[in-house]
Amino acid sequence: MTLVPPNRARLRTPGLDWSLMIAVGLVLLVGTLLVWSSTSTNDSLTHGHDTAYLRRHLVNIAIGSVLFVMVLATDHRWVRILAPLVYVASVIGLLLVLVMGSTINGSRSWLVLGGMSVQPAEFAKLAVVIGMALVMAERLESSRRRRVNTVDVLLMLAIAGLPAVLILMQPDLGTMLVLGATVFGVLAIAGTPRRWLLALFAAGVAASTAAVTMGVLKAYQVDRFMAFTNPALDPRGAGYNTTQARIAIGNGGLFGQGLFHGSQTRSGFVPEQHTDFIFTVAGEELGLVGAGLLIALLGVVIWRALAIALGSADMFGRVAGAGIACWFGFEAFQNIGMCLGIMPVTGVPLPLVSYGGSSMFASLMAVGLLQNIHLRSGGSLPTRSVAPRVLVGR
Amino acid sequence: MAAVLIRPHLGQRSRWRLFVLQVLMLSLFLTLLTRLWYIQILSGEAYQAQAADQSVRELVVQPARGLIVDDMGRPLVANRTSWVVSLDRTLFHKLGEAERDQLLHRVARAVKEPYRKVRARSLICGEPGSTQGTCWNGSPYQPVPIAEDVSQKVAVTILEQSEDFPAVLAEAQSVRAYPAPFGINAAHVLGYLSPITEGELKAAQKDDDRSVNGASDVGRAGLEKHYDAWLRGMPGYKRVTVDSMGRVLGDDSEVAASPGDTLVTSIDARVQSVAEKSLHQAMTTARKTYDPVTHRNYVADSGAVVVMDAHNGRVVAMSSQPTYDPKQWVGGISSKQLKRLYSAKADNPLLFRATQGQFAPGSTWKPLMAATALSNGFAENTLLDCSSGVQVGNRWFKNYESASYGPITFAEALQISCDSFFYRVGLKFWSQFGRDPRNVNARDPLVSGAKGFGMGSQTGIDIPGESSGRIADRHWKLSYWRAMKDYYCKVDEKGSATGFLRVFAHEFCLEGNLYRQGDAVNFSIGQGDTLVTPVQLARAYAALSNGGTLYEPRVAKAVVSPTGEVVKKVPPKVQGRVKAKKAALRYVDNALKGTPRVGTLAWKFIDFPLDKVRIRGKTGSAEVYGKQSTSWVATYTKDYVVVMMVTQAGTGSGTSGPYVRKIWESLYGVKGMDVKPKRAVIPGTTPPAGLPVFASDGSILPPKGTVSR
Repeated sequence: MTLVPPNRARLRTPGLDWSLMIAVGLVLLVGTLLVWSSTSTNDSLTHGHDTAYLRRHLVNIAIGSVLFVMVLATDHRWVRILAPLVYVASVIGLLLVLVMGSTINGSRSWLVLGGMSVQPAEFAKLAVVIGMALVMAERLESSRRRRVNTVDVLLMLAIAGLPAVLILMQPDLGTMLVLGATVFGVLAIAGTPRRWLLALFAAGVAASTAAVTMGVLKAYQVDRFMAFTNPALDPRGAGYNTTQARIAIGNGGLFGQGLFHGSQTRSGFVPEQHTDFIFTVAGEELGLVGAGLLIALLGVVIWRALAIALGSADMFGRVAGAGIACWFGFEAFQNIGMCLGIMPVTGVPLPLVSYGGSSMFASLMAVGLLQNIHLRSGGSLPTRSVAPRVLVGR
Repeated sequence: MAAVLIRPHLGQRSRWRLFVLQVLMLSLFLTLLTRLWYIQILSGEAYQAQAADQSVRELVVQPARGLIVDDMGRPLVANRTSWVVSLDRTLFHKLGEAERDQLLHRVARAVKEPYRKVRARSLICGEPGSTQGTCWNGSPYQPVPIAEDVSQKVAVTILEQSEDFPAVLAEAQSVRAYPAPFGINAAHVLGYLSPITEGELKAAQKDDDRSVNGASDVGRAGLEKHYDAWLRGMPGYKRVTVDSMGRVLGDDSEVAASPGDTLVTSIDARVQSVAEKSLHQAMTTARKTYDPVTHRNYVADSGAVVVMDAHNGRVVAMSSQPTYDPKQWVGGISSKQLKRLYSAKADNPLLFRATQGQFAPGSTWKPLMAATALSNGFAENTLLDCSSGVQVGNRWFKNYESASYGPITFAEALQISCDSFFYRVGLKFWSQFGRDPRNVNARDPLVSGAKGFGMGSQTGIDIPGESSGRIADRHWKLSYWRAMKDYYCKVDEKGSATGFLRVFAHEFCLEGNLYRQGDAVNFSIGQGDTLVTPVQLARAYAALSNGGTLYEPRVAKAVVSPTGEVVKKVPPKVQGRVKAKKAALRYVDNALKGTPRVGTLAWKFIDFPLDKVRIRGKTGSAEVYGKQSTSWVATYTKDYVVVMMVTQAGTGSGTSGPYVRKIWESLYGVKGMDVKPKRAVIPGTTPPAGLPVFASDGSILPPKGTVSR
């Protein structure tokens, strides 16, 4: 008996995707330094303890790493069983936050549970991606279809729609934007017919226009949104943030002012610098070289996610991988674009970099899932209804 | 058994779309990189400038102003420390509204000022609720002073209990102090300071003048104003880094302030003290004296005294009444104080009668007329009838000043101050050259002679705001008539005026432009429309003393740097020579020697050692329409000129005579009939030639060779 390798796929030891691991590791390292730098002089946050937030961030990474390992090691069957639970938990979280959540910066996004604060919307992003991927994969596999039909699309939209509406009610426009783009990407990769995609795109545009013109979005909300084009529209709020972010980044020049030496960073000119505007620290202290490197590293992460999706064994893996790539990609673009003044100011974190437990946990779980998909790719492990190739030829 | 491998067809479609997604992600990230490059490299400099701009503040360090000292080096104007409580507006505005009010109340209680006042001072000019005068006109980044001259205890409390006083600073600043040696006031000579105005600041900025800033005080009168550029020094700058709250993080760099230069003056504090006291006593005595002409006491509402060095025109003492206290302006003058200064009751204390007040000179004019007459054809042995009056046309010009003495000489006419003698001189010249009253260009030796003594134009003294006096010559008469003709003709037409005004208006309307005999007559005795300032008269008498040189009076002697080096000398400046001939001047000089012996001053100079201290003098009682007469005494020796004037105080010798004597006694160290130069207020009598000595430890000693008392 000989092992006949399948004619397309080579039998390779998949192991972990090391490019992804190294890239994520470097991003986490840079992110840690940036969080430390931006918080060490901010007395109102740290109350005199320079490393308070550094330590908290490291704890977040540690917990996230544990979650990463857990997701990574989960057997694929358990993935398919746990995913709906994660989805339901997120929806419950989103409902709870609307009822008993804390309002920060005008939106009800946080649940405070015994000293810890959780942002359900972050987990919801992961849950939506997994949920949509799962639904689509199950339906296609069980009916042995290739094409995605209307019911599939509607189901996927329903899966995405429920959390989306709850997020919109907070209101968290930034997460909505990212989620919308992600959903669109997932639908596209899942094989949704082009006319559906066009229709959905047009519907999205129409809905946002209506929201503005019919006064669902109030004037100040629109001003705040558009302030990145003209800071004078909201000079104390979003206009100020976007101006200060650009000044800080511009101040960095080619090589930056050096870690812990950014003048605008140390003087607290950019608000929310350890969370949403963390990129400005990179811009000012590490310069074009360092910030560009950070962008490149994130790009590597996304590229690997897409490669993992491409090389995935099954539809679930492909769609989930692509979904995670969309999520990271659009979120990074939104966040960095906001710091650079080409995207509106919204409260969206920079994945794997911003300080924040929920975002870090969800992101590392997503990375874990990517590794999980990668481990099962190359046909080394059976999916539900496929017999191992290796058995052929007896 | 063959297992059926059904590998789900993972779709070309989704592969293709993954590929599209990859391209999309790549382009998004390239966009980010491009934009990053644009901001950091292309626009990098602009953003760096903005970053520097908002994180560095420049605080002005005000310089210490230069001192003003007298001829012996005694400080007349100095500086002292004042604890100033100020408000950091950036931090103040981070507090809530209630907290802000609470803080201001607490500060007001601590510095013992009304809350209203503290609040008014905390506002920047232009803010709603701010009022001119109390609002802060300086940079909004500079702490705003809300209370001055706070006790050290309060200042230390504020510094130590900074949690109770957020955004409040207490620091020591230097402000003007007036040591007032020998109790002098000298307010008009010294001047005062007040904050720079918006217009002045703009003009300075246009000229790129960095010696002033929004919080500067500038000189407004007297020496403080004239020599402000020397006195003010150069501000220093402290650059500090601030955080987004405006809190100071650390010092960046500092340019030290350089203190202003010291002004050495020719004023002598002791002479000034004697002069001020004498003037004050002359006025208070006059107010207690009954005037038989107007049947009430003399009003004596204002006065001036000038003591000048006859050799070079330097001012040794100068005083004016009513006066004010320059300390009012230290730390800002209140609107109540200002109102008081400008009230009718106060009678304009800010006006410097010595240089700005214009008065009819009366008989003090006569020596100038005599010198002019003797230089223009009159012989020394001329005899003219000192009658009780002279008939001119249809008008009788009475001899007010003296009894009728028959034919007398120029010398006697000066000593007894005979009006009719000088009427005849005036008439003679008018007949000789100016018979045609319409001829504006007729020769008038008396007028040109007066102009030659510097009358009718500014003396050029280094005190701002000097008046030029007035010579009412033919040209002036014509232009005045042109200006006022319509008004008086209307009065005449209406016919509602009564008495003097009615007659005057009618005459003026018809013939106001004509220079008639009456005008010449009035001119000869220093009446009519002739006006002089006391310093003009003093300067003219100095010319009589020194042989005919007209000097520009000077109060300042030199400008000295804080380390004692002479930066600028202020030498005596010759303006010209009088037109009168030397022989005429000698004659008049000799004649005036007689005034205190046998003339109008004699009764006030009894038992004065006139042989040793040869005082020449002339009295005057100038008539003023509707008021009591102005009292003048103009005296001089070869060293000094002393002129005293009191308005509405009767005769010169009666009112000012005894007090002018007091000044001469102190100038020469006279006691009884004994003259001891050592006893004089300036030891050795004559003013010191050199400058005070500025020692390295900061003390100022009298000039070499003098002993200050």
